[in-house]
Amino acid sequence: MAEIATDAQLVSRCRSGDQDAWNELVERFSRYVFAICMQAFRLPAEDAEDVFQEVFARVYQHLDRLRSDDSIRPWIAQLTRRLCIDRLRSSGREGPAELDDLDPGGVDEALAGLDDALTVRASLDVVGDPCREILDRFFCRDESYKSIGEALDLPAGTIASRISRCLAKVRAELEGRT
Amino acid sequence: MTGYDEERIAAFLRLLPPPPEGWVKAAQELPQARAEIAALVTRALEDAAARARIVADLESALEAEGIEPTPSVVAALRASLDAD
Repeated sequence: MAEIATDAQLVSRCRSGDQDAWNELVERFSRYVFAICMQAFRLPAEDAEDVFQEVFARVYQHLDRLRSDDSIRPWIAQLTRRLCIDRLRSSGREGPAELDDLDPGGVDEALAGLDDALTVRASLDVVGDPCREILDRFFCRDESYKSIGEALDLPAGTIASRISRCLAKVRAELEGRT
Repeated sequence: MTGYDEERIAAFLRLLPPPPEGWVKAAQELPQARAEIAALVTRALEDAAARARIVADLESALEAEGIEPTPSVVAALRASLDAD
């Protein structure tokens, strides 16, 4: 199992100007922010990109105002949510992402699902490679067995069984936390 | 979350595809971008007219300084001006 910095450790290192820590923090939360913009609020890609950059700009700017280093995750979720709503209000654009069309209950449900997904995602980091890479390529990047086999220099015929074993590892890791 | 069967784990993993690489890279480069725009912010703080010009058109203000106004740089400039 890999040794992973906690959110609090990462925030603390970012505050001291550690560029590697900032890179890791962006990497850790980038999918979460992206998913909130695209799935929960269904922003068009160009608006999602602006919100995505705005979120990380504000996180960097206001990192020293965070009350508890552990609370970075809910803070990022809240900030992203607020900026998505601001964007929808200011855009006045026709389309599925119009503010009036959003069901607040649906947004809350989507955010809760993404929060759980981030917890599962974090367990991939603990399990480490090659499972992390195999599961990421298959489930998150939608790559075929053949592509995964070629990329990781593994026989394509073994990928399905590896995925199954890796999911079992992730499950064990998640259940070990409860 | 309660219950972690493999099917559910797979469904959760599918919810988090990666954003475009360029977005992540731009966000990671924010600390350097902020150093580049610091002079612009300082000028805005010292001169109300300059601040008004910058706030009115962030992209043009950055271009005038030879800084490419990518979404991350514009966001960093906006965050800096809001903070000051």
